[in-house]
Amino acid sequence: MSAPETTVETATDEAVRRREDSAVLRIGEDDGERLEAESNASDTSMIMNMGPQHPSTHGVLRLMLEMEGETVMRSKPVIGYLHTGMEKTAETLTYLQGPTNVTRMDYAAPLFSELAFSMATEALLGLELPPRATWIRMLMCELNRISSHLLFQATNGMDIGAVSMMLYGWREREEALRLLETITGLRMNHNYIRPGGVAADLPDGWRDEVLTLIDALPARLKEFDTLLTGQPIYRERLQGVGVINTAECLALGVTGPILRSTGYAWDLRRDMPYLAYDEVDFDVVVGTYGDCFDRYDIRLNEIRESIRILAQILDQMPSGDYRVQDKKVTPPPRARIDESMEALIHHFKIFTEGFKVPAGEVYAAVESPRGELGCYMVSDGSAVPYRMHIRGPSFVNLQTLPHLMRGGMVADAVAIISSVDPIMGEVDR
Amino acid sequence: MSDVVETPVLHVSRDQLIETVAGLRDEGYVSALDVTAVDYMEHPGRTDLPPEVEPERFELVVTLISHTTPGRIRLRVQVPADDPTVPTLFDLFPGTEALEREVADMYGIVFEGHPDPTRILMPPDWEGHPLRKDFAVGRIPVQFKATR
Repeated sequence: MSAPETTVETATDEAVRRREDSAVLRIGEDDGERLEAESNASDTSMIMNMGPQHPSTHGVLRLMLEMEGETVMRSKPVIGYLHTGMEKTAETLTYLQGPTNVTRMDYAAPLFSELAFSMATEALLGLELPPRATWIRMLMCELNRISSHLLFQATNGMDIGAVSMMLYGWREREEALRLLETITGLRMNHNYIRPGGVAADLPDGWRDEVLTLIDALPARLKEFDTLLTGQPIYRERLQGVGVINTAECLALGVTGPILRSTGYAWDLRRDMPYLAYDEVDFDVVVGTYGDCFDRYDIRLNEIRESIRILAQILDQMPSGDYRVQDKKVTPPPRARIDESMEALIHHFKIFTEGFKVPAGEVYAAVESPRGELGCYMVSDGSAVPYRMHIRGPSFVNLQTLPHLMRGGMVADAVAIISSVDPIMGEVDR
Repeated sequence: MSDVVETPVLHVSRDQLIETVAGLRDEGYVSALDVTAVDYMEHPGRTDLPPEVEPERFELVVTLISHTTPGRIRLRVQVPADDPTVPTLFDLFPGTEALEREVADMYGIVFEGHPDPTRILMPPDWEGHPLRKDFAVGRIPVQFKATR
C-alpha cells in the first residue's frame, strides 16, 4: 500500500513545483496595468507589453513580460488577434471548398494545411491516389518547405540586425514562389492540393524550372553561410540563447525544428512516412544544444535536404493521372463539359453540393516546416465536415516562448521569437 | 488504403482520464499532440461509439504519440452538457495548457485544476462559446469593446 502512495506524493510535489516555479506568467491579458498600479515601490519588477504591433513578432503576437531591469523573468504570450473562426467556417464549407479555408492558416506554408486536410478527407472516403498525384504533392510540399525556410532565413536575419539578409532571403523565396505560381497559378494560398489529388497537372517545362531553382540554390545558400553562419556577431547573438532540452520539448508537445534542435531525431517524413517519403533518400537534420543557432542551422540544412529530395522526385516522377478517377469526387474534364449535358450537371453538382463523405472521424498529420500539422476531422455523412480541427504546430510551439526567454535579456527575446518561427495565422486560426 | 494510418481509439470516462493518460505515458506515449473537442448536438445518431459508451453532447478528443514504436493513440471522453467539466492533463503533459484553454474558450468545457483558465483566442469579455453548434455563424452584434 505504501509504495503507490509515495509515487502519488512525488507526482504532486512535481506538479506543485511546475505550477509555482513556472516561467509562464499566469495573469489575465487585461490585468497587467492593474497589477502595475497596485505594486509597491520596493517591487523592482515591472510588467511590460511587447506587441501586438511589433516588427519582430511576425504578425500580431503580444507578449506580457515580467521584467527585472532588462532581464525577462516570467512571460505570457497573448494570442487571438488574428482569430477569424476558421474552424467554425470549415463547418459550412464543402470538402472541395475546405482547402481554400485551411490554406489561409499557415500562410508561409499553405500547401501543408491543404495536404493534411485532403489526406483526412481521403482517409474518410477510403480513396487511393494515383502515384503521380502523390509525387506531385511531394514535389509541391518540398518546394513550399524551401520557400518557408527561406522566409525564416530572411526574417531571422532581419530580427537579429543582419538587414541585408532579409533581401537575400526574400530574393530566393520569391524564386521559389514564382515556381509555385507557375504550377498552381498563385504565389500563396494555392488551393492546389485538393481531396482526390491536385487541381491541375504540372505545366509544360516544369522540370526545367525546378532544375533551374535547385541548381541555383546551393550557391545562394553558400552566400547565407558567409552572411550569417560564419559571422561572429550573428553567432554571438544566437549561440547559447534560448536553450531548451528534449524532455522539455516532449512535455510541451513541441515538434519540428525546435524538437530536432535538441538532438532528438523525429521527423514524420522518416518515422511515420506518408505520401512517398519512404521511397526517397534524405537525412533528418538535428542540432546539439537546442539553442537559437541550432534552430537556424537546422532550417538552413533542411533546405539542402529538400533540394536532395526534389532531385530524386525529378528522376522518379511517374506518369499517369494527377487526380483520382472516381466520379464521386472528381469533376469531369473541361473538354467533356462542352459536349455532354451529363458532364455539365455532374460538374455543377460537385462544385455546388459537393460530395458526401462517409461518417467517421480521422486524424491525419504531415511534417510541416514548423512541426506536426494535424487535421482532425469528423464527418456525419453529409457534404460538409461536421468538425474540422487543425493542430497547428505554431500554436503548440508558442508555449516554449516563456521557457526559452526566462532569465534572458529583452534583446534576446526578439531572437527567440524569431527562432521559434511562429506563423500567427496558424496560431490564431 | 490511403496514406493515413488508422489511429487506435480508446473510449475512457472522465474519472479514468488522468489514470489512463498517466498509464499511456509510462508505456511510451511521450507527448500529447492535440486536445480538442466536438459538439455532437446536431449529430446524435452517431454510430461509431461502442455500445457500452453512453453518448453525451460534448466529446473531448486527446491525441498522444509514441516515438519508440511510432504511432498515435486517440482518447475520446464523453462530456455531458449539464456538467461540462474534465480534469486537466496539465500535470501530466504541460503542453496541453494552451490546447485546453482553446477547448474551454471554444466549447465552454471547464478543465478542473487548470493553472490559467482564461480565454485564449476570444477577447476576455466575450460571451458564449463559438464552436458550439448552437452558436450561429456570423451572429450579430459583434461583441468588441469598441463597438459598444
